Amino acid sequence: MLQFPGSNDDRDMRFAMKSVLGAEAELVWHGDEELPRSTEAVLLPGGFSYGDYLRTGAMARFSPIVSAVTRFAERGGPVLGTCNGFQILCESGLLPGALLRNHQLHFICDFVHLRVENSVVPFSSRAAVGDVLHIPIKHGEGAYTVAPEELERMESEGQVLLRYCNAAGEVTPEANPNGSVANIAGIVNARGNVFGLMPHPEHAVEAGIGGTDGIVLLGSLLDAARAGGVA
Amino acid sequence: MSKLQEPTVDLALAFEHDLDEADYTLILEILGRTPTYSELGIFSVMWSEHCSYKSSRSYLKELPTEAPYVLQGPGENAGAIDIGDGLAAVFKIESHNHPSFIEPKQGAATGVGGILRDIFTMGARPVASMDSIRFGPLDDPKHQHLLRGVVDGIGGYGNPVGVATVGGETQFHERYRGNILVNAFNLGIVDADRIFLGKASGVGNPVIYAGSKTGRDGIHGASLLASAEFGEDGEAKRPTVQVGDPFTEKCLIEACLELMQTDVIVGIQDMGAAGLTCSSFEMASRAGTGIEMDLDRVPQRAEGMTPYEMLLSESQERMLLVTRDGEEKRALEIFSRWGLDAAVVGRVTDDGHMRIRWYGETVVELPIDPVAASSPIVNRPKAVPSDLALRQQLDLDAIAPEDDLEAALEALLDSPNLASKEWIYRQYDQLVQGNTVIGPGGDAALVRVCREDGSATKKALAMALDCNPRWCWIDPFEGTRAAVAEAARNVACTGARPLALTNCLNFGNPEKPEIMWEFSEATRGLAEAAIALGTPVISGNVSFYNETSGTSILPTPTIGVVGLLDDWQKHAPSHFPKEGLDVFLLGPEEASIAGSEWLALRRGIEAGMPPKVDLVHEKRLHGLLASGIASALIVSAHDCAEGGLAVALAECCFGQRERPALGVCVTAPGPAGESATAALFGERAGRVLVTSARADELLAAAKAADVPCRAIGRTGGEHLQIAPPAGSSASPRLWVDARVAVLENIWRRGIPRRLET
Repeated sequence: MLQFPGSNDDRDMRFAMKSVLGAEAELVWHGDEELPRSTEAVLLPGGFSYGDYLRTGAMARFSPIVSAVTRFAERGGPVLGTCNGFQILCESGLLPGALLRNHQLHFICDFVHLRVENSVVPFSSRAAVGDVLHIPIKHGEGAYTVAPEELERMESEGQVLLRYCNAAGEVTPEANPNGSVANIAGIVNARGNVFGLMPHPEHAVEAGIGGTDGIVLLGSLLDAARAGGVA
Repeated sequence: MSKLQEPTVDLALAFEHDLDEADYTLILEILGRTPTYSELGIFSVMWSEHCSYKSSRSYLKELPTEAPYVLQGPGENAGAIDIGDGLAAVFKIESHNHPSFIEPKQGAATGVGGILRDIFTMGARPVASMDSIRFGPLDDPKHQHLLRGVVDGIGGYGNPVGVATVGGETQFHERYRGNILVNAFNLGIVDADRIFLGKASGVGNPVIYAGSKTGRDGIHGASLLASAEFGEDGEAKRPTVQVGDPFTEKCLIEACLELMQTDVIVGIQDMGAAGLTCSSFEMASRAGTGIEMDLDRVPQRAEGMTPYEMLLSESQERMLLVTRDGEEKRALEIFSRWGLDAAVVGRVTDDGHMRIRWYGETVVELPIDPVAASSPIVNRPKAVPSDLALRQQLDLDAIAPEDDLEAALEALLDSPNLASKEWIYRQYDQLVQGNTVIGPGGDAALVRVCREDGSATKKALAMALDCNPRWCWIDPFEGTRAAVAEAARNVACTGARPLALTNCLNFGNPEKPEIMWEFSEATRGLAEAAIALGTPVISGNVSFYNETSGTSILPTPTIGVVGLLDDWQKHAPSHFPKEGLDVFLLGPEEASIAGSEWLALRRGIEAGMPPKVDLVHEKRLHGLLASGIASALIVSAHDCAEGGLAVALAECCFGQRERPALGVCVTAPGPAGESATAALFGERAGRVLVTSARADELLAAAKAADVPCRAIGRTGGEHLQIAPPAGSSASPRLWVDARVAVLENIWRRGIPRRLET
């Protein structure tokens, strides 16, 4: 679990993974050159790395630890980035596309519905295609965009994992909170081992505080790690 | 470095610094010589209203500040209460009114930044923010701009810093057209035995400066901006507003909390108003020591800054700390790791003096206490406002009753004061740190208590900000009692026990006797209510001079109450949880339209004494709510406040995250033949709408607690239906019969629709 100066969901993610899901989770400082040897999966938390004054995630990609994460991903290790983590993954080229300012230009914090578009190891195996998850978003720059030909390829390869939808699971323009192309909320890379999503599954792991739908996603990663099927 | 050239100090220059002749004479007496230019600057900020509380101190002394669980009362950076499990809650509210009016985004942002520093200075991790914000009418484009800017500033600072904004209040009123209010609250959690204080103890210990570099921003913010009323030249004061950097603040929080895990720090304080000057004087004053400092060692943003500028700069995100001698390297290393500037700038001395050098030349040599602790107290004259009787007088018979009850309900729900504040709080991160049980939109926010190592406890803290300024204007004593009672009641509605309070007293120009009277009445009411409800005052802030061109704001004593809930899972939401529940009204049945929101909105009249708050009843109500919610006898609780019973019922019905809009069928309480207007829209403190699935048990519990409790209806369906009291004449059968979804849409669109034009 990476910690950049300006990360602010790092402690939340650690709480979700460690205290709720029972995983071993440690924060790794942005200035470190290497990941711990026992790393089975890397999580990039949300926040405002380096203040995000230039462009979201644009500075973090140059930090030493992101090079180590890139090498880890190239070896097939699973990498999951939420919110600012997703932005960093796009900036560093581990995921296609980019995240632009929300279409109404405001920061939005709200619970949204997400339709699971693909059930894959290691990120969404606990869900079935068509399941609707209730998970919050909170970002100012979450409008996913990508070149049309790239989008077509991603769609045909099943790389779109999550789409914003309404409570009934219908993907409608009204259900799109930020102007993302094709209501995209989360994608994986072509190899399927790097997952970026704007919603915050770590804020939906307890009944009474945001519900438990986030466990579906974080738990999928844990299942894969426990099965030894990753890295 | 060339020799310092400073202007010669005389009385005229003192006047320019907002000091009067008596102040200047006293300064000459204290020093036995003419002050240097830098020294004059120091006196002007330290003796300003904002820093010295010279008009208010004698009144604040009368406030109750003690309880067995109060660990730190007023006088430090923030107050602290013991919440068990070895933990303490640290909280405070502070104003940033004038900067926000001049530059709404940066003004509000630095307001949030400043209050956060007051909290983590004490060693606490800031976990929850709330904001009480007030504007002129929302149809004024200028105030639309101000609202947008303030919200942008609060979110633009609070979101990156990683502290959830969980609640607050927003109001619009003509009397804030020339002077908006931005009051920022923060609460943090700390180990009870590791609270840090702002004391420069230990002769010889190093004094360390950490955080952002010092620049020329915000010079004289405290004295010229916060301690004078606005004229037509408000724009010209923009350079006195500071600019915030939440990224530096976030790093400063983490670095300070990391350093506090060691035993290096002796004392620590943030540099807020009057920056380096105020922090160093206060730290030395509290410890009874002195400080010598070399200004040239302070990290600087601009070249060629004079000592005067450096001493008065209000650059943000800066801390002053004293460490144990020999440990300075450890402190500097941690700041450096977080990319922050830090330097040893001085030492603690034993002579009770502040000695400040600039490239070896002494530019300030002042005794600490006459400047910091014994600043002049001004006993300002008071006078009852000449129009007070008019404010309080209302001939109820002369008020035309409402002829279209549903239209009135819709108008109230659509009004910016009562409409949903979702447009505002959706722009705030309400969830970060993962402990928000009840966020914005509830009666009070409820935040689970976590330890610094990230492990969760069973406990939660409830917090609410409240004030009804119209009532405070009609009667500042009664209105302030009501504000305390309302904030405490809102906290109690979650199931928590109210424990302590903080306050932000926003008033006009204290040099006017009528304003001073309002202030003295308000503090009297605050003291009485705080004692009666067992919620001592542990921190606070006074903001005077909230006037423009002679027009003052309504007296606005914003009250923030914090309460403790032993088991966060046993809490009550404010909305109706499901259908088939019995609905009860706890508290008095009869209400009054005097001073009400309905009277202001529908009849354009702001007058009349609302029914007085019964503090004994309020205390009983707290007990009933706490025990009833803990035992699940009460499953929801909502304060019946502005807009009266009809608005409160509608709010309980509106859609929630876990359920769509839900109807209710109610018979209005009160005597047969009661006026529909008073029954539906009349207001009265001490009334709470609750639901229960165990009606008989609740009635018995209420009886035992001596709290009036009447079953008024049942949840279900899709309509809000309110029938006249039993025994009323048959026509009409229903006063209100409206689809909840329609009302909800009006309520949700109230603010955004006005901003879209």
